[in-house]
Amino acid sequence: MSKVTFSVNGASRELELDTRTTLLDALREHLHLTGTKKGCDHGQCGACTVIVEGRRINSCLTLAVMHQGDSITTIEGLGTPANLHPMQAAFVKHDGFQCGYCTPGQICSAVAVLGEIKAGIPSHVSADLTAQPELTAAELRERMSGNICRCGAYSNIVDAITEVAGGKA
Amino acid sequence: MKSFTYERAHSPAAAAAAAARTQGAKFIAGGTNLLDLMKLEIETPAHLIDVNGLALDKIETTAEGGLRIGALVRNTDLAADARVRRDYGLLSRALLAGASGQLRNKATTAGNLLQRTRCPYFYDTNQPCNKRQPGSGCAAIGGFSRQHAVLGASEACIATHPSDMAVAMIALDATVETVRPDGTTRSIPIAAFHRLPGDTPQVETALSPGEFITAVTLPKPVGGTHIYHKVRDRASYAFALISVGVIVQRDGTGRVVLGGVAHKPWRVAGADAEMPRGAKAVTERLLSGAKPTRENAFKLPLVERTLGAVLRQARS
Repeated sequence: MSKVTFSVNGASRELELDTRTTLLDALREHLHLTGTKKGCDHGQCGACTVIVEGRRINSCLTLAVMHQGDSITTIEGLGTPANLHPMQAAFVKHDGFQCGYCTPGQICSAVAVLGEIKAGIPSHVSADLTAQPELTAAELRERMSGNICRCGAYSNIVDAITEVAGGKA
Repeated sequence: MKSFTYERAHSPAAAAAAAARTQGAKFIAGGTNLLDLMKLEIETPAHLIDVNGLALDKIETTAEGGLRIGALVRNTDLAADARVRRDYGLLSRALLAGASGQLRNKATTAGNLLQRTRCPYFYDTNQPCNKRQPGSGCAAIGGFSRQHAVLGASEACIATHPSDMAVAMIALDATVETVRPDGTTRSIPIAAFHRLPGDTPQVETALSPGEFITAVTLPKPVGGTHIYHKVRDRASYAFALISVGVIVQRDGTGRVVLGGVAHKPWRVAGADAEMPRGAKAVTERLLSGAKPTRENAFKLPLVERTLGAVLRQARS
């Protein structure tokens, strides 16, 4: 067992955990924040995506004890049913989901993707490495490739993200 | 996952000493490959040394005009660094062709070099694998081998190295800096870092027990046009069937490295020398001695065609 303290959605949480506990299991099983989903549990599907220290990561592929002092945002911290985050509202408006299982990961990823584009981080499809990346569907699809949607809501997800980014869907 | 004890390292030398001192110890940084394998009990460390707190996350300019990349610089940060984008475009391109945004945010420079060389049979614990269980045999030989090596393989292992970043590092003549458990340091040329499988495929690098990577250095920029072309089954987030990294100068000379064809990124000095003569001549040298299986023989013409496309792109 090992002690770890981190901040989740603005509140400090102290846990005593088996060292094997992933951040995903700490959030779901110990803090009962079940918005973050377990899909493949191997970093391939993106359902477990959360934002740690401002960056999106797969919470299934990191140990909770490795996050001493970190600030973690889950889907519960982005918005509430009464006060949706703009990305949540856009997913609803554009039908960016069907079954909804991958959606919390998609939304956390999408929020972070817009931050990455704003920060000038290039992607595989950026034509010019040294230019500010453009907000195109091709860019969004490439950047969101770590989030899989079995229902195939991809085109609506792109529309939702595009609207939040201020572009034309 | 097997249980393990856990500590946070306080210095690179102390981390190396702890790793040498503790039976079954492993370093953990990004953890994206190690934890994946621990969940399958392919990796079963008894002790994890968390090195994330070490201040090895900076990219500094060297006195020679190159870059010194800290071992813990995340793949995203390395690909996005303005100096890397401007002067080492091949490295940015290779990094951005690998994994997903989430994984690149965690994965580190040293961890990328240390990810296991692997194949689907390595992951399937019901199958024999000389890499996973030395001496048990190789299920890939005679099995489904579409993804596997066509060069430098052995009777013991035909897995390929999955890193895109390492292909670029080889083309850029990078150097791996390490500290050993006794506190001494050394520099390993990247071309000598990864090993061919031989009869010990479980040994993948030149590192000695406990040896810890502190940085990867790049010589001063060599200019030229940098192109990384990865051919894969999906448009994104998939391992290479083959990949081609080139640096081409105005006079047609240059460097070429292949990924997805061997147990390590594949560079042949004689092939670089053929660059002005075009894709066919270069490919002949690169693929000299290739031994494909019936299922992956397509990789040989794919290399020549991809290199041809890349060289045309470089000229245009």
